[in-house]
Amino acid sequence: MIQDRSVGRYLFVAANYVILIATSLLCILPFVNLLAVSFSGSAAVSAGDVVFWPVDFTTKAYEFAMTGGKFLTSLWVSVQRVVLGTIVNLLLIVLTAYPLSKSSGKLAGRNWYMTFFIVTMLFNGGLIPTYLIVVKTGLIDSIWSLILPGALPVFSMIILMNFIRGLPEEIEESAIIDGASPMQILIRVLLPLLKPALATVGLFSIVGHWNSWFDGIIYMKNPANYPLQSYLQTLLMSF
Amino acid sequence: MLTKLKQQRALHLMLLPSLILVFIFSYIPFYGLVIAFQKYNPGLGFQSPWVGWDNFNHVFQQPNFVRTIWNTLYMSAFKIIGGIVVPVVFALLLNEVAHGLVKRTFQTLVYIPNFLSWVIMAGILLDILSSDGIINHFLSLLGIPAVNFLGNPSLFPWTMIVSDIWKGFGFGTVVYLAALSGIDPGLYEAAVIDGAKRWKQTIYITLPLLMPTIVLMSVLSLGNVLNAGFDQIYNLYSPVVYQTGDIIDTYVYRLGIQQAQYSISTAVGLFKSVISCILVGVSYVLAYKVANYRIF
Repeated sequence: MIQDRSVGRYLFVAANYVILIATSLLCILPFVNLLAVSFSGSAAVSAGDVVFWPVDFTTKAYEFAMTGGKFLTSLWVSVQRVVLGTIVNLLLIVLTAYPLSKSSGKLAGRNWYMTFFIVTMLFNGGLIPTYLIVVKTGLIDSIWSLILPGALPVFSMIILMNFIRGLPEEIEESAIIDGASPMQILIRVLLPLLKPALATVGLFSIVGHWNSWFDGIIYMKNPANYPLQSYLQTLLMSF
Repeated sequence: MLTKLKQQRALHLMLLPSLILVFIFSYIPFYGLVIAFQKYNPGLGFQSPWVGWDNFNHVFQQPNFVRTIWNTLYMSAFKIIGGIVVPVVFALLLNEVAHGLVKRTFQTLVYIPNFLSWVIMAGILLDILSSDGIINHFLSLLGIPAVNFLGNPSLFPWTMIVSDIWKGFGFGTVVYLAALSGIDPGLYEAAVIDGAKRWKQTIYITLPLLMPTIVLMSVLSLGNVLNAGFDQIYNLYSPVVYQTGDIIDTYVYRLGIQQAQYSISTAVGLFKSVISCILVGVSYVLAYKVANYRIF
């Protein structure tokens, strides 16, 4: 690009950097402050002396969290949830996106299936009816209550479906000529090509499962089954 | 048709697990919406006595409910506007940075708050906004008396609006930067030859070419007008600020789960879903008409 070397341009660039740096600091300094507080003595924290560097360095808060038992139990529930939930999500996303990537000529009823899934994105039964179903299916207090109700993330499925549609059709056609069944095509031919898209939707699932707290609160009767975020939420409410 | 089904049997079988799970956990609850028109009794389940529109009439006569509609609209309107203006401006400023690595660093830093749940964020906000927290610490250095960001009903909505924009603008920035990187550099070169400075280039080239993305993002957020952010507000509000901070979703939650008023809570949920559904429909049509964008 052609360089502009006027004084005004230099002033703008300088001001721009100031704004960008200030905004970025606004986004990370709260976390730095939090980290400093977590390593500081409680007296210094209540006196308001801690800014961005720990005062009276101590790891007491971390020792307390580690020995309480509840933290580690809920962390373990969260790990299970993220692993199981992401596996279930990815499995269903792939199994659904592949058939739906076909045109309605190659998959009878394709548009009906699509409508069936999209409706759930636009409209839902709401908090109470969904809760009643989870109760009826006997999932209350089980880790599956956090995984099965959202087993198919429709938005991620549409992303993957569009990705499959973007692949050259010849790849699949040559596999068909070689006598591959749809399942073999999916596993042996498409799956290796889907890695980048699966990484993206997998990340959505991991972050989503790790961050959700609300379903843990309503579907878990026993607080010992709370995932980490739900446990943290109860801590937050007890302040 | 039948031979076709046979040929495609494997494909249909692949869809089966998703169809079953979605049917159980998304479609059966639709049937559960009938309790919005019943006086729900846990012993009778969905066979509870019918009461027609009584639950709706009852809830609309509650002054506490009517104010939640206003609060919801107020907060979500400003969240939507700020959630578009801030990332657009930030993306434009970031676009002026020539160095790729520096640009990516800024982009990553502002994206960080996005990855944290509102539970964690609420913990952080309660900490930094408290009377002895870091924000009030800085305000006292400037000689400003301590501000009660979360306990003052007239300030609470703005604390929610600003913190929501703060948490979310990194994502919008990434979207707009992607759109900016798609603009043909030849246009800028031609503008320079015509004597246009950076400001004129921004007004006459960048903004018009960014417009479709801006329109698309605004139109898509229309469907969220009735979602003022349950996760955020539920974790940060308190009875002191119900007057300005209570939204439809938090009201439904308190009524439904905490007071076990299943029917009334479902009625409110249904009312909200119907309005949201209409808005989503309108926004999808608008996205297609105005920005020529087909979502499906």
